[in-house]
Amino acid sequence: MASDMSSSKGERPQTAQYRLRIIAGHLQSPGRVSANECKGEASSTSSTAAANAGQSGTIPRRRQDLLKWNGWGYSDSKFIFNKKGQAEFTGKRYRLSGMVLPALREWFEKTFGASLEHKTPPRSALNTSDIPAPILNEDFLDDLKATKIPFSHEIEDRIFRAHGHCLHEIFALREGKFERVPDLVVWPNSHSEVEKIVNLACKHNVCVIPFGGGTSVSSALECPPDEKRSIVSLDTSQMNRILWIDEKNLTAHVEAGIIGQDLERLLNVSGYCTGHEPDSMEFSTLGGWVATRASGMKKNIYGNIEDLVVHIRMVTPRGVIEKSCQGPRMSTGPDVHHFIMGSEGTLGVVTEVTIKIRPVPEYQKYGSVVFPNFEQGVACLREVAKQRCAPASIRLMDNAQFQFGHALKPQVASIFTSFLDGLKKFYITKFKGFDPNQLCVATLLFEGDREKVLQHEKQVYDIAAKFGGLAAGEDNGQRGYMLTFVIAYLRDLGMDFYVIGESFETSVPWDRVLDLCRNVKERIVRECKERGVQFPPLSTCRVTQTYDAGACVYFYFAFNYRGIADPIHVYEQIENAAREEILANGGSLSHHHGVGKLRKRWLQEAISDVGIGMLKSVKQYVDPNNIFGNRNLL
Amino acid sequence: MASENAYSPQDPTLKKRDDFEDILEERRNSSDVKYALRCYTPVLYNGVPPCKASLLKHTVLKSDHVLFVIQQLSKESGESPEIIHEEAVEILDEMAQNLKLSVVRFFAFMLSKAFKTLFQRVRVNEEGIQRLQQAIQQYPVVLLPSHRSYIDFLMLSYVLYTYDLSLPVIASGMDFLGMKIVGEMLRMSGAFFIRRSFGGDKLYWALFSEYVKTMLRKGYAPIEFFLEGTRSRTCKSLVPKLGLLNIVMEPFFKGEVFDVSLVPISISYERILEESLYAYELLGVPKPKESTSGLLKARKILSDDFGSIHVYFGHPVSLRSLAQGKISRSYCNLIPRHIPVKPPKDIFTFVNDIGYKMVRLQQENMVISPWVLVASILIQSLPQIDINHLTEQTVWLRNLAQSFGASVDWPDHISVSKVVASSISLHHSIVRNIGGRVTLIEEKQESSNLEHQLFNYAATVLMCASYRNQILHIFVRPALVAISVHSVGSSRKEEIFSYFSFLRDIFSYEFIFAPGHAIQDFEEGCYLLMKADAIQILKTDILLSERGHKIVSFFISMFQPFVEGYQVVCRYLSEEALEGVTENQYVSAVRKFAVKRLLSGAIKSCEVLSSDLQKNALAALLKLNICRKTKEMEQVVVKVNRTAVNSVEDTLGRKLTPQKTTLARL
Repeated sequence: MASDMSSSKGERPQTAQYRLRIIAGHLQSPGRVSANECKGEASSTSSTAAANAGQSGTIPRRRQDLLKWNGWGYSDSKFIFNKKGQAEFTGKRYRLSGMVLPALREWFEKTFGASLEHKTPPRSALNTSDIPAPILNEDFLDDLKATKIPFSHEIEDRIFRAHGHCLHEIFALREGKFERVPDLVVWPNSHSEVEKIVNLACKHNVCVIPFGGGTSVSSALECPPDEKRSIVSLDTSQMNRILWIDEKNLTAHVEAGIIGQDLERLLNVSGYCTGHEPDSMEFSTLGGWVATRASGMKKNIYGNIEDLVVHIRMVTPRGVIEKSCQGPRMSTGPDVHHFIMGSEGTLGVVTEVTIKIRPVPEYQKYGSVVFPNFEQGVACLREVAKQRCAPASIRLMDNAQFQFGHALKPQVASIFTSFLDGLKKFYITKFKGFDPNQLCVATLLFEGDREKVLQHEKQVYDIAAKFGGLAAGEDNGQRGYMLTFVIAYLRDLGMDFYVIGESFETSVPWDRVLDLCRNVKERIVRECKERGVQFPPLSTCRVTQTYDAGACVYFYFAFNYRGIADPIHVYEQIENAAREEILANGGSLSHHHGVGKLRKRWLQEAISDVGIGMLKSVKQYVDPNNIFGNRNLL
Repeated sequence: MASENAYSPQDPTLKKRDDFEDILEERRNSSDVKYALRCYTPVLYNGVPPCKASLLKHTVLKSDHVLFVIQQLSKESGESPEIIHEEAVEILDEMAQNLKLSVVRFFAFMLSKAFKTLFQRVRVNEEGIQRLQQAIQQYPVVLLPSHRSYIDFLMLSYVLYTYDLSLPVIASGMDFLGMKIVGEMLRMSGAFFIRRSFGGDKLYWALFSEYVKTMLRKGYAPIEFFLEGTRSRTCKSLVPKLGLLNIVMEPFFKGEVFDVSLVPISISYERILEESLYAYELLGVPKPKESTSGLLKARKILSDDFGSIHVYFGHPVSLRSLAQGKISRSYCNLIPRHIPVKPPKDIFTFVNDIGYKMVRLQQENMVISPWVLVASILIQSLPQIDINHLTEQTVWLRNLAQSFGASVDWPDHISVSKVVASSISLHHSIVRNIGGRVTLIEEKQESSNLEHQLFNYAATVLMCASYRNQILHIFVRPALVAISVHSVGSSRKEEIFSYFSFLRDIFSYEFIFAPGHAIQDFEEGCYLLMKADAIQILKTDILLSERGHKIVSFFISMFQPFVEGYQVVCRYLSEEALEGVTENQYVSAVRKFAVKRLLSGAIKSCEVLSSDLQKNALAALLKLNICRKTKEMEQVVVKVNRTAVNSVEDTLGRKLTPQKTTLARL
């Protein structure tokens, strides 16, 4: 299974929509209107690269041909400061691509005390002498060759599967090194090839680490430094076909290595979607979602991965686990799917998944609401959740994030637009008396048939009004979602100028949301000060999901590390402190990023000794020799 | 921060203390009316303006916690929630403060007048004020002053008003409400009133705790209360009461506030207004109920001189830093936060530790007046002492105290004898210099009743003792080590430590010893004695040095009244209370027993007559399971384990008087 990595990296986006739009232009007949705007595009642009790699899927075996080797996303897309010193987003893939963002520089300098004079450029190429020599198991290799499954032990292939997207991992690519990387990469093409590989691994006692989209933010892909066996990275990217679509039951049977945008694009062709849109969907895989218990932005309509999955097939050292039928719900003892979901690659490889599909919605509309302060905003979201009328997505950004979002406004086309903006601002701050340093924004995404969307929209805006919320337009909403998908690109920009940052998330009961947000943000500020960070950090949060009994909260945290000898260490200490604060305030260890190795020290506290024992006994039965030895969770 | 070092034996004289400014000086030079009417704009926490008293009450009554408790009580008792709600409204009306700036201004005016007549100086550490001002803006603040006088909280509010700081709301005892107008005025200057005991009353507890927590959570005003729970009649710190401390810490445990700043405040009086009142109270003359007319009578004291007051604002202590790594707050995660939950044991221990820590921080910044030193010498040579000898000894003691880290308010540029003389004249209610002999005053009553005479004499002794008591916290650790070294008759460290621990346990209500810190206390005591060249510490042994003789004998005499007092209590229990004694009769019975012993000449120190000592002794014996309480016919009866009590008495009595032989051997 393409397990681990993948899914959920908090920050990405939505992208989908933007790309979709572009692509929609290319691919869809104009008659379909906006129906498919929701899905991520398997962008036409990438098809060249895919073609080059001789593959049908978007991600080629040589990932580095398409993707950055030392940062987030596509090689051709990144933020730069152009010759005029203005921020610009390169490439052609995104709506923001090619645009100048006049406010970003000032925001960046003001927020972090950063300066364009003080650069920390990454090294230009991989330092191959740093990479430990591969530990190869010759017998395994011989048997593998006989299967004709493609494999590689080239340095680049190995190192690009040695990491996810945690800060310390990207930092290591830019200027550090890895202690341990996979010794071999294999690209199975089907369930049966995975079975062969796992059988051989068991036979020769080789460690297997499944690799999907590589978007993990929990150190789940890190190779245990003391692993003496040969480590095989099992890359599922070539297992990317939709095997069948069942329109009567609205399910699709899909290979687990398919990435989110391809899955949606291909389903769209038949008029369907899964509606599962984790922010990482451009790169993360179906198998990774299953392995990490991913959550999608539009879960209010479509559900999280555990709601979407109908059937899972996983190859383990003990054999294949799957259910005997596709009944929509069963009472057959504890649901074995729940051993698989969240197993983070410790039990086996998910190879095929039957997933629910829905007709592509007819209509989609963004929206936004401005609240005088965060408290009012949270109260409104709580009411929306109570009335169970949450739109496909509803997110509440705090003031700092709202200002962040504003810094990403592209250059306005006309004087008229800028005049209108000024007018809006005047109305909200002067006429309505909102304090610009207090107000916060909720972004909304509605979807469904047109009439219902409009009705739904009114209902939500009416509730918002009760909490002092003012409708603030589609544009603000859309930009809010854009922030999510460009944030990871922005981190790369920050890292060029002494700024490092990361995101992390939690889920928490409603009545503790405000306290948790305040305390965690404050803890970050205080820890930074105590650890000698010279400028106040960016410490901001948003409520990204609503549930009946609580909410998911997402934090961004970044700071300027000039003057600090070991910034990564300081960063990790602060992140740990923040996590402790979350736990002390009644928040969970993770809502959707997973545990990996980054958070495993807290798992015992989180699920009790008995809970750990249960997981251990499953692992002991399924994988007694620790073939799936990435050592996540336990 | 000072708190971190509270127990580590580092050189106490190195501790940096702030300077003091006299705030009365300006009052003597400018208009009190203008002062009372001046523009008052304190900095606020988070910019939150003080909340209207009525809104606050409303918030409390509508809080989930209070509603929950009302529902629960209604279910238990069958009473309708509306009726219980009515009751809640009444309780809250009785409790709530009603801060009014006009009344504060009135007080500012009146107190200026009064303080200027009563006191020579009111000295405040301004750096502490600045720290407090910063703290107020960041996090909710809890002010924890020492409590030696009724004046304390008036004084504190007065100082805060003077420095343009937010006025605190103050938890006060209900007894003030007895004074009709004054009570209401105190209410309008920020006091809120709590019943002295409301043990099982769940509604009362809910309202009271929610009231305090609401103010803290919203940060309306600093909250002030007395950790010691009541005025210390003996001027020794009392062991902390944890009820309110628990309440103010809960919002932090539950994550409702990011942090809480605890500010220990030490208020030292050169002469205490209530000195004689306390002495009679300790001797069993019942405490006069606070009444307005009583307060008016107190006017006669207005003509007297009560010297200087020192108010020291300690460093704000971050509750979060204290809790870091010590406790897990996750116990609050599984129950809705408005439902009262009994905290786990480690939280209780933590709160208890903090209580002790705060009291010790109060002690650390107490200012010792020269009179305290004089009284400490004098009380060892009752009823009189030669003035020159007294002066000489006082200087010796001053140097010793300073080297142990005491902050002594000894005036520069004035001759030693003048300092002593002016102390004596300030305390003319206790001593007089009669022809070069400093003599304890006895109110001459024409009574042939020996008991009466004894009590009169004892009252003056207790007054004198209450000043000596102010320095005991400086000496108690080294003194108990010294006594142990002397009493054990062996130089083995373990034996000395074990005797030290025994004394520390026995005196655990008499002096402030942080629970579980026996070793640190022992080390601190050893360190100080070593520094004073009184002992030598070897690997396994502790030896008294030649030079230590004087210090050791002094310490032995200094603590002799306590040792003797506790022996008397033990003897009483083993001789007269074998059948048990009811809690109510205990004090008067011990007193009677002690009077007999005093009159017969079997014991010397009158301090055994202090009900404070008697109660502390019993509390310690109960804690050590040497006595236990049982309930018999609606009465709490104390039962005694005779063997254990005798053994305590014997152990206390080991070699009480300095014996040359021991010293020679060492």
